[in-house]
Amino acid sequence: MKHLRSIQELGPEGLERILKLTKHMAEINTRPVPKVPALRGRTVVSLFLEDSTRTRLSFETAARRLSADTLTFSVSTSSLNKGESLRDTVETISDMGVDAFVVRHKSAGVPWQMSAWTSASIVNAGDGAHQHPTQALVDCYTVREAFGRNRFDGLRLTIVGDIKHSRVARSNIEAFSMLGADITLVAPKTLLPHDIEHWPVTVNYRLDDVIEATDVLYMLRLQSERMSQGHVPTLREYGEQYGLTHARVKCLSPNSVVMHPGPMNRGVEMQIDPQDLTNSLIHRQVANGVAVRMAVLFDLLAGEQAPTQSSLASEVS
Amino acid sequence: MVATSVEVMSASDVRRAITRIAHEIVERNNGVDKLVIVGLQRGGTWIADALASVISLIETSPSVPVGAIDVSMHRDDIAMRPIVVGAISSIPCDVSGSTVVLVDDVLFTGRTVRAAMEGINNYGRPRAVQLAVLVDRGHRELPIRPDYVGKNLPTQLSDEVIVSSDGVKVTSSNHQ
Amino acid sequence: MSKPNTRTLVIKGGMIISGSSQRAADVAIVNGVITEVGPDLRGDDMLDASGCVVCSGFVDLHTHLREPGREDTETIETGSRAGALGGYTALVAMPNTDPAQDSVAVVEFVREQGRRAGLVDVVPSGCITIGRLGTALSPMAELAKAGVRLFTDDGNGVQDPVLMRRAMEYSRGLGVTMAQHCEVTSLTVGAAMNECCSSSDMGVPGWPALAEELMVSRDIELVRLTGAKVHFLHLSTARSVQLVRLAKADGLPVTAEVTPHHLSLTEEMLIGFDPVFKVNPPLRSMHDIRALKDGLRDGTIDAIATDHAPHARRDKELPLDQAPPGMLGLETALGVVLAELDMELHQIVALLSRNPAAIAGITKTHGCEIAPGSSANLCIFDPEINWQVDPGRLASKSINTPFVGRRLRGKVRHTVFRGDPVVIDGEAQR
Repeated sequence: MKHLRSIQELGPEGLERILKLTKHMAEINTRPVPKVPALRGRTVVSLFLEDSTRTRLSFETAARRLSADTLTFSVSTSSLNKGESLRDTVETISDMGVDAFVVRHKSAGVPWQMSAWTSASIVNAGDGAHQHPTQALVDCYTVREAFGRNRFDGLRLTIVGDIKHSRVARSNIEAFSMLGADITLVAPKTLLPHDIEHWPVTVNYRLDDVIEATDVLYMLRLQSERMSQGHVPTLREYGEQYGLTHARVKCLSPNSVVMHPGPMNRGVEMQIDPQDLTNSLIHRQVANGVAVRMAVLFDLLAGEQAPTQSSLASEVS
Repeated sequence: MVATSVEVMSASDVRRAITRIAHEIVERNNGVDKLVIVGLQRGGTWIADALASVISLIETSPSVPVGAIDVSMHRDDIAMRPIVVGAISSIPCDVSGSTVVLVDDVLFTGRTVRAAMEGINNYGRPRAVQLAVLVDRGHRELPIRPDYVGKNLPTQLSDEVIVSSDGVKVTSSNHQ
Repeated sequence: MSKPNTRTLVIKGGMIISGSSQRAADVAIVNGVITEVGPDLRGDDMLDASGCVVCSGFVDLHTHLREPGREDTETIETGSRAGALGGYTALVAMPNTDPAQDSVAVVEFVREQGRRAGLVDVVPSGCITIGRLGTALSPMAELAKAGVRLFTDDGNGVQDPVLMRRAMEYSRGLGVTMAQHCEVTSLTVGAAMNECCSSSDMGVPGWPALAEELMVSRDIELVRLTGAKVHFLHLSTARSVQLVRLAKADGLPVTAEVTPHHLSLTEEMLIGFDPVFKVNPPLRSMHDIRALKDGLRDGTIDAIATDHAPHARRDKELPLDQAPPGMLGLETALGVVLAELDMELHQIVALLSRNPAAIAGITKTHGCEIAPGSSANLCIFDPEINWQVDPGRLASKSINTPFVGRRLRGKVRHTVFRGDPVVIDGEAQR
């Protein structure tokens, strides 16, 4: 597997393989010295053209724990601001000798466009509203950990919020359905994509109809711009209809869990402090982030599926 | 090309060698204080368990902790061939200040043991590291030597050595 | 450009398609005019047309020549060359230049550049509104006096219905035609492709078909109200075709065009996020393609127009949502059209030549019958040859063609412009 750009491209075997590898990485992270030489001599470049401190640090930590060298280009420091094109930036960095790019961009499709400009592996850390595969991997791993099961047949996942603009939703729908989960989307029609009859989901416009019958409640952040763009009348109305309120928490079944990819818009979709939620997995999602990303980098650059030096040499010549 | 297989240790030979090594370990270390036995995945783990079991009969307390270490990520030839991960490591206690006895079935080039020592460093700083192997087949590429050996077995580079609790077999391929 | 004009040029051995008739014959040309059509003609210079169709040169109602303003992507000269190689003898130049074609000075500049290149007739269109900003009418009477027959804000549609009504009423006195790029922009904010299953999967904002159909519908009603002549640029949806069909049935003076890319490529081409396939209006579905083809067959759609839109390579390497929309079209139009349409050659020639000449108001010299006395603006093409486009060998200054790797059928061998063979054996002569 040369790239990790979307869950669909990763496929069910790849998904399984990464989740298994994550267990190894999680063990490494418990060691007093959580570092192995697996990616020694490899260079991983973070190209974060949309701000995100948390995901970027998660990837950089992951790379360093595998002993890879890291370079960072972020939106404020990159020469892209000076009019250099993305292609120029990618080609220049590639010329320095890079094994993998971890890229986040506010435009969908950039990880695919980049493959034309570099032979390095590409990890998609979020492209517009399209995909965020490592988040989905973290979420699947976290649910496996919480429920103690590898397959999710019969498990009811409910994703609430701005599905239309959510790359996390798109990746999670692909990943969780590969593992057999029953997926329900809850949102007003304005926040659902236009054509989703072919998606493996059920749609409901009312959260209260489904909240009792859900095992995993996945809350998405609602950006305040959605109000000015006319997707919702007011944030208050959205919070009342679709937010996780105290009343709704009481309706959750005792074995169900609550998840959120972060960052949260408190008072909008989350009206209860997650610290007060006994069944929140949000901390586990954050904690598992590094191990999952270690597994991804390892799989691309050192694992059984990775191209070896000799095969790379013959590719180049 | 004809492959010939010879049994060089029987099941009882193996059992006796393990018993002897267990005694040697206790004798060399003046007991089992701060001793940790760590088997290398995958070949050494059953031997580590067997050693711990015999030791517990010799010195009933304290019981000796047994762990396992996956060396795949610490190998030094990572760039040249893909890593196949083994089972997950589990080190049951803090190894700092302990004497760690690494256990493997066959000692060959020494690279696996080197990787294991590096892996152990992730968990702490042992006071000492010793090495117990069931079979030493020679052809060292690194300055690694075993402290406890079941059997010294000179082999050809092309030979295959297979170890289990049922015995040790050497398969040579002779060119006609 | 004009040579001593006593030499006779004979186009030999071709199949003449003129109107709805077709016959094997030679064509003799002197001084830019056809002098004789018949068998075994003799002359001083000869063009071999064996195995080829000989017809009036194509007329493109919709070309972006990018000069003035974006000469890095195309100039009037390179665009004219691309047109000539594609069998075109006239190009209606779209007015979204910089400065825009909303003044006589710019219009005359464009016309003059076209004359200097001497490869095709460059027919400038004029803007409907100043700067194409949609707020104030441009000096249409002045522009009409300077020879402009077609007015459009292409690139944009006129959003304000009141302004459009005024433009239509004003145009009635001038005998000109309004051409509309139908797009209600408030419905297409941020859109990079058709609104459909793929755009939902890709998380890319989509252009709903309604954004086009609403304006088509509005302008049809405004035509009904004002009696103005309106031409619909690049129709792309099934419902747009149906609306125009009904309007024509009501006898309204509307015409319509469709592009080769909207007849051949679907929204799935965007799945790889390659901005080469980004265009306004966007590529749509098979259902829309079928309806557009039906529209061509039954006369609802009058013409094929390329909407040739060169863009710098740099710009087409931007992320999909940032890249400018538009594709090349002049050199591949015939090849795509013959590969896609199951129609008689004479019907196709009408769509490429006679009908657009009428809409552009240049029937005196283009889209004419092949008969003595007609202007010698001709296209000689091989209708059978299969070929593929090589972006490195295009005459256009840009390379953003969406047809790489696609099998095209039919290629221009010679193009005669005002009696002058500007393309011989597929090579431009200047």
